[in-house]
Amino acid sequence: MTSSTASIHALPRAESAAVEVRSICKNYKEVEALRSIDLDFPRGKLTTLLGPSGCGKTTLLKIIAGLVEPTSGEVRVNGKPVTGPGPERAFVFQDFALMPWATVMRNVAFGLELKGMGKAERQSIARHYIAEVGLTGFEDKYPHELSGGMRQRVGLARAFAVNAEVLLLDEPFSAVDEQNRRKFQEDLLRLVEKERKTFIFVTHSIEEAVYVSDRIVLLSRRPSRVSQIIEPKVDRTASPDAIRRDQGYLDTVEEIWQGLKHYVD
Amino acid sequence: MMASSQVNGPARAVHSPAGWGLSLGRLFTQHPIASRLVSLGLFFLIWEIAGRVPISYAFPTFLETLSAFVTMLFDGSLFAAYGSTLQPLIIGIAISGAVGVALGIVMGLSRTAEWLVAPLFIVLQSAPMAALIPLITFVYGIGLAAKTLAVIMLALPVVVLNGYKAVRNANPSLVAMCYSFQGTKLQQIAKIIIPDASPVIFAGLRLGLAAGFIGVILAELLITPTGIGDLITYHRSVANYAEMYAAVVSIILVSTLTLAALEAFEVRVLRPEKRRG
Ligand SMILES: Nc1ncnc2c1ncn2[C@@H]1O[C@H](COP(=O)(O)OP(=O)(O)OP(=O)(O)O)[C@@H](O)[C@H]1O
Ligand SMILES: [Mg+2]
Repeated sequence: MTSSTASIHALPRAESAAVEVRSICKNYKEVEALRSIDLDFPRGKLTTLLGPSGCGKTTLLKIIAGLVEPTSGEVRVNGKPVTGPGPERAFVFQDFALMPWATVMRNVAFGLELKGMGKAERQSIARHYIAEVGLTGFEDKYPHELSGGMRQRVGLARAFAVNAEVLLLDEPFSAVDEQNRRKFQEDLLRLVEKERKTFIFVTHSIEEAVYVSDRIVLLSRRPSRVSQIIEPKVDRTASPDAIRRDQGYLDTVEEIWQGLKHYVD
Repeated sequence: MMASSQVNGPARAVHSPAGWGLSLGRLFTQHPIASRLVSLGLFFLIWEIAGRVPISYAFPTFLETLSAFVTMLFDGSLFAAYGSTLQPLIIGIAISGAVGVALGIVMGLSRTAEWLVAPLFIVLQSAPMAALIPLITFVYGIGLAAKTLAVIMLALPVVVLNGYKAVRNANPSLVAMCYSFQGTKLQQIAKIIIPDASPVIFAGLRLGLAAGFIGVILAELLITPTGIGDLITYHRSVANYAEMYAAVVSIILVSTLTLAALEAFEVRVLRPEKRRG
């Protein structure tokens, strides 16, 4: 549960929340998607948004990204109110959003291209992140020449390349088969460790949420509210296979399942 | 959410089943040039046979037409004619392209502009523009201006409407992506909307070019007896039917080559991914 909300502004910046969501409501005409959401996303941690389909996870993520206007309420990033997209946030799209006419290299470097960075510099940064997501050798391919999972990784590399502090990922592994999904989850954990950024992650999979998250926010059915916040106690220094057999991991999965179960009937 | 079909490659052609059909099918799908040559060859063969039957005194055979064509190519009359036909065509298409794409983008992005401009072009597109061409004689007299105007009258509506449709239907997910990386409005137009819309814009330009050809030829037949239209009229009046046919066929040839050049430009500059399978 959120505990020290009262003293949050007194804390030094390194420990304060990177993203604060304050009484966000969102109505699409007569559909009430979000009702008064209050959340803090701790700096340097991976927080997952989990909830029934159509409850408003994508909507909340896009409001944080500044892509969608909330009906009321405020989002603050590093204490500053969000009025639109900003350089401190990067979005990984559920449908990849790759330019089909651009190579992997240009797609990954696109955020830097928009900022007006020179070609040589942005390509050397892009090359680094292409390697980081395991796509070395595919720099000159076009998106239609890649598999779904590879396209998704291009989207990830593009978000990493702009060096934003906050990464917003909307179901990034949804188009990927189970084996690759596990591999990506492990890669993601490695990247979280290495990049030390704040991650906000949307997924449908309870197992995935427990496996990768420092914190899991359970949203209720529409109109969506925060129903529970869980911090999985999982020893991530263990091997991936050991984690998936770990009692703490299995208990947390069960706890969340019990929490969500009454929404599915 | 938008599916990933946007980035999928083009669908492969279906092969005909078994044996000889299979290998011929493969030849055609792998070498589109070969299939075009075969179908053209077939057409010329039928033409030659029909010419020899003969259908009519005014219907030359393919070989007669070909030799007339070669003669006209070497005596310079074709070049002279195209010199005066292509100039208004190129000017007219360039103006239509620039105005059409710009108007299309403005209409695709602004509801007010759409409301003001779109109905006009929808009406113009369905109007029998060819019938309006004689009107411009009185307005602009004879010469380059009249021909250019005829090209614009026929080409502009289809170019504008295609540009507008393409911009209006630009992939919203890519537009959001550009916005999320703080792309400016100008970057959004130049780097996302135009390349995304370019296949449809170019389809519009190709249709516009074809329509522009009709416009310029009609202007030459109806208003200003110059260029290739005049060549056709002249050879018809002196009953040089092989020459007349050669001039008509040369129009098809020139328009095909121009369209191919336009396509090559698009693939090279705007959509390089289409160069590969
Ligand atoms: N642009 C929109 N216009 C109207 N209604 C919308 C729009 N976007 C979302 N909604 C509605 O808001 C609700 C929340 O949608 P959202 O996409 O945020 O759900 P989600 O939690 O991401 O669902 P899923 O898990 O299936 O992806 C849905 O009921 C949806 O119908
Ligand atoms: Mg969603």
